[in-house]
Amino acid sequence: MSIKGKAYIGGVFEHPTREAIGYSTPQLHAECAKGALEDAGLSKDDVDGYFCAGDAPGFGAMSMADYMGLKLRHMDSTETGGSSYILHVGHAAEAIAAGKCSVALVTLAGRPRSMRGGGMGGGRGPGGPPGGGFSDVPEAGFENIYGGSTHNTYGMCAARHMYEYGTTSEQLAWIKVAASHHAQWNEHAMLREVVTVEEVLASPMIATPLHRMDCCVISDGGGAVIVVSPEVAKSLNRPKVKIIGAGEAPKGPRGGNDLDLTYSGAVWSGPAAFEEAGVKPADMKYASIYDSFTITVLMQIEDLGFCKKGEGGKFVADGNLISGVGKLPFNTDGGGLCNNHPTNRGGITKVIEAVRQLRGEAHPKVQVPNCDLAIAHGTGGSLGTRHGAATVIMEREA
Amino acid sequence: MSDTQTMAATRRIPAPAINNESKPFWDAAQEGRFLIKRCGDCGKAHWYPRVICPYCFSLNTKWEESPGEGVIYTFSVMFHTNVPYAIGYVNLNEGPAVLTNFVGCDLSALAIGQKVKVRFQETEGGPPVPVFGPI
Repeated sequence: MSIKGKAYIGGVFEHPTREAIGYSTPQLHAECAKGALEDAGLSKDDVDGYFCAGDAPGFGAMSMADYMGLKLRHMDSTETGGSSYILHVGHAAEAIAAGKCSVALVTLAGRPRSMRGGGMGGGRGPGGPPGGGFSDVPEAGFENIYGGSTHNTYGMCAARHMYEYGTTSEQLAWIKVAASHHAQWNEHAMLREVVTVEEVLASPMIATPLHRMDCCVISDGGGAVIVVSPEVAKSLNRPKVKIIGAGEAPKGPRGGNDLDLTYSGAVWSGPAAFEEAGVKPADMKYASIYDSFTITVLMQIEDLGFCKKGEGGKFVADGNLISGVGKLPFNTDGGGLCNNHPTNRGGITKVIEAVRQLRGEAHPKVQVPNCDLAIAHGTGGSLGTRHGAATVIMEREA
Repeated sequence: MSDTQTMAATRRIPAPAINNESKPFWDAAQEGRFLIKRCGDCGKAHWYPRVICPYCFSLNTKWEESPGEGVIYTFSVMFHTNVPYAIGYVNLNEGPAVLTNFVGCDLSALAIGQKVKVRFQETEGGPPVPVFGPI
């Protein structure tokens, strides 16, 4: 496959300002986006792919996507300095050729001239300075002051989920219990002791309604993944793990109306991945589900379609996630809840354990028999503010 | 004080980061006024305030003074800290949800659906910031 002839430039816009006094950097990005869309004769709601680089204030592509109210199924914040936007056109063409989006927006904006001598505008970082001074991260001034942490912003999701669906702390605890059953067999896991629902509930309250044992570990570490072409895969002396579907989507308040913290971006990334793969949630033999907190797992299991919305509590209870016991073996390495959470980013270990399962190389005590279909799914950022969901479905090829 | 253990102790709040786009909000906050943004074209209010409407992409957005009343959408009481505090969202009567702290109340008595109203809390060297308490 080549990109040749698979994508076109629909619109362009060059901002007339040369000294943007009185502007914010997000505003400049948005005005450029508006101009290019008007040039194309398209509207904001036509955009389903967004590309930006290090000049875009905030956390990857997510702050600007939320600022502009974009609903996306593809995003890319590759940073190569001034060449980023040329690279983005190439990446956008690849994404369109692959059917991952149909209208891609690329933006660049910044204010080095009007900001001379002042604070730095834009730049990356999860929300700019914790308080005070200048930040062009659009949400920073209105959010960073309230003491938001991963614990309490996920706590907010859990509280609302309990309110709407009657989900209980006991049900959430079962997720940790299942993870601990798996971690006992992992010699590298930080927490190898099998725990009970009662022990989870008796652990100290961290941020209501989440207890200490509802939270993942903090660990150093890392991981890596090699993705290869079918030709290279054939030449390797390893079991063949084929990538058959992927989906992605950011989610944020997008202006704050109809805020719903009981679901995640998995409601979009999951169906996209399943559709591309041509399989259903019920076909999955194993699931790696990002487990920053127990509530993260519960919401994502619902959103991916393993059960109906609101029924995640019942689904995860009574050992249903334990390999060899329940219907959906999950995180058989012990996951973030018991094994590790390298540099506070659990995505790569989710892929790695799914690959072990598909290769038949998981620990014998947790290996799923004949594991030929697996999903790895995660959300990054915070479910309580803005996050990016990503899903990959993989198949073992005989 | 006998009730200091049940009333929320005041968490010190850092000065908010301010840029050109948000400055009118913080200038009004200095005067105790709570502003939101509303689009002059599609009519929708939004939060946090932007120059461009996140719903219709119109640049015709206008500041509007709000009574700052609404109901608690969700909250979490943070205990993993020296001074417990409550963070959560308020669904304003105008529509948008606002991330905030809940203050001036017994944190153990907070409830989803509870009616709250804005007030301003001093920060460390910056303008006061909007927080909410029971009506």
